[in-house]
Amino acid sequence: MTSIATQQINYLNVKKGIWSWLFTLDHKRIGLMYLYAIGAFFLVGVTLGIFMRLELFNPGRDIMEAKTYNQVFTLHGVIMIFLFIIPSIPAVFGNFFLPIMLGTDDVSLPRLNLMSWWLYIIGALFALSTLVFGGGPADTGWTFYAPYSVKTGTNVSMSVMAAFVLGFSSILTGLNFIVTIHRLRTPGMTFNKMPLFAWGLYATSWIQVLATPVIGITLLMIVVERVFGIGLFDPSMGGDPILYQHLFWIYSHPAVYIMALPAMGVVSEIIPTFSQRTIFGYKPIAYSSMAIAFVGYFVWGHHMFTSGMSGSAAIIFSILTFLVAIPTAIKVFNWLATLYKGSIDIKVPLLFALAFIFNFLIGGLTGLVVGALAVDVHVHDTYFVVGHFHYVMFGGAGFAFFGALHYWFPKMWGKMYNMTRAYVAFGFLFIGFNILYFPMLILGIMGMPRRYYDYLPQFHTLNQISTIGSWILVVGLLLMIYNLIAGYRKGPKATGNPWNGMTLEWQTDSPPPLHNFDKMPELPEGGPYNYPNAKSQ
Amino acid sequence: MNHHFTLPNSGHHYDAKASKMGMWLFLYTELLLFGGLFLVYMVYRSLNQDAFLLASFNLNVWIGTANTVVLLTSSMTVAMSISALQKGDSKKSILLLWLTILAALIFLVVKYFEWSSKFEHGLFPGMDHFNQLPNGEKLYFNLYFFMTGLHGLHVIVGGIFIMVVVAKIKSGKVNKSRYQLLENSGLYWHLVDLIWIYLFPLFYLIH
Repeated sequence: MTSIATQQINYLNVKKGIWSWLFTLDHKRIGLMYLYAIGAFFLVGVTLGIFMRLELFNPGRDIMEAKTYNQVFTLHGVIMIFLFIIPSIPAVFGNFFLPIMLGTDDVSLPRLNLMSWWLYIIGALFALSTLVFGGGPADTGWTFYAPYSVKTGTNVSMSVMAAFVLGFSSILTGLNFIVTIHRLRTPGMTFNKMPLFAWGLYATSWIQVLATPVIGITLLMIVVERVFGIGLFDPSMGGDPILYQHLFWIYSHPAVYIMALPAMGVVSEIIPTFSQRTIFGYKPIAYSSMAIAFVGYFVWGHHMFTSGMSGSAAIIFSILTFLVAIPTAIKVFNWLATLYKGSIDIKVPLLFALAFIFNFLIGGLTGLVVGALAVDVHVHDTYFVVGHFHYVMFGGAGFAFFGALHYWFPKMWGKMYNMTRAYVAFGFLFIGFNILYFPMLILGIMGMPRRYYDYLPQFHTLNQISTIGSWILVVGLLLMIYNLIAGYRKGPKATGNPWNGMTLEWQTDSPPPLHNFDKMPELPEGGPYNYPNAKSQ
Repeated sequence: MNHHFTLPNSGHHYDAKASKMGMWLFLYTELLLFGGLFLVYMVYRSLNQDAFLLASFNLNVWIGTANTVVLLTSSMTVAMSISALQKGDSKKSILLLWLTILAALIFLVVKYFEWSSKFEHGLFPGMDHFNQLPNGEKLYFNLYFFMTGLHGLHVIVGGIFIMVVVAKIKSGKVNKSRYQLLENSGLYWHLVDLIWIYLFPLFYLIH
């Protein structure tokens, strides 16, 4: 038995050599290639963030000039948004697990899938090329607001083209997932029997397809404006810079849900598995993803309350923003209700999921604060906003990404990591994260503006606490990465179903065979989370 | 033990519906791409009504009409080509595709002369005459060159797509029972046509 098991052919050992990876059509290998690329860029983004925190350790110049700081926070934003968070969960875990969870052997359009990975790499190279060529990285902030982005001497064109190409990659991934979900579900799996992760990806994919083109054309307008000297957004030539802001946020607000919805999908998988209990409120969780995706299109104006907008428009945008809280809260209540009276097994993936709920709650509630008209006028462009979105994006989506990594690690590589070390790493990450970002919320209320390399003396202590938090966070990050790599190299073999999960990916071997299933997967009766041995009340 | 097991819902089967669905989704993204430009056009037109009208007199309605007729005809030929292949007549199908490509070329040549005459009058951004125009008229020409330019790019891409399909019909990879790629190229071509149907009145006709 063991000799057969060790020689078993899986997707990792079926072919060797770099070319069998770079031009693979296997969704699992493409998912892993995304993971390695995204992980590398994440570390670049973290490094830039650390430099920013070091600069802010004391008021005045510490390690870099004002202009360098502007370029660093722009590149940090571009990398973290376009190269890390937007593709992270869909491109890595969506690619790897969506087909397996649907009980099929690949996405519907495998060649398109490979193409979107290549586009991702090309976009990434564009973004990094600004480090070397043409005036240095953009210093506009990741929002590329006109007219400054049209006039600055830094290499905005290339940064913007990077975002354009990455957007194209993101569109193709979303398109592929929609088609896959419609066409390739295993016989008997209706939409309402899909795993909730698939629902999260489905909602995300629609946003990717229907929102990304708008930023594509907007960024193209910036490039054309710079190259041909036309004045679409330049007020001195009749253009309207506010119009740029509208177009930018028409995509970039829905993009926030591209980052959050897959993370919520991951949490909806982890919580029932580690409480060994049927998910509470399957349909509300599934449909609230769609509701968030839908309402998310109509709230972009809340980024522009101070930009000059009619009062009635601002009120409508504010009310609609509050509506987003409803489907989000529905999810949180259902997750908590799932834990209630479950057989809770506190493993590291569950801790990450709980940390997601905790951080996302702070991020979401501070989101309501900035979504409220009267308050936003005061905290707009302060560190309160920086704290808010890092709680949502990093504390939320980022922690869910780490949770997914720990949850599916044994399935992806067929090995197990060291659980004790993982607990310690999680502790550092969670504590470091909160020490890093919570002071920012207070600093914002005190009035410290964002995007400056300098600050007034009264903000000194809190900035130092925040920077120290970043060091703790880095320790956790390095320990986590070391632990996962060590697990991959020397960890004990994992079984097919180490967590006693119910969704289809746990029915196949770890790591999965080339075509995912060697026999027909069996749908559990009564939905994807119907745990038979769960305590009955 | 199980080397030839294939799932019934395998992603490696030929699936015309999936391919068609993917194409339609892609067309949505194209509509939204141009949608952003239409939005900008709408805002600037409403802010500069008189200037836009004045600037639009620089375009020749008859040339625009001729190009509209050319594109509409090409949409017909590509649709006929699909029907021909569905009936198994691959030769007629290829002929109709070449006619479509010919129409695309005519459209581009006409467009070339149209743009050239604007260059001669110094109406391209950065040229002398253009620089003296009031801001509203500048915006009109900015949008004119941007939108018809992007559309022209789509005409070229659509033409190349159709040529690829011609080659695949010749080699038999696209045939009577597997014609989805041809239909996709037709869908794309109709989109190119449709965008023009909106560009034509926006720049040439509105008074």
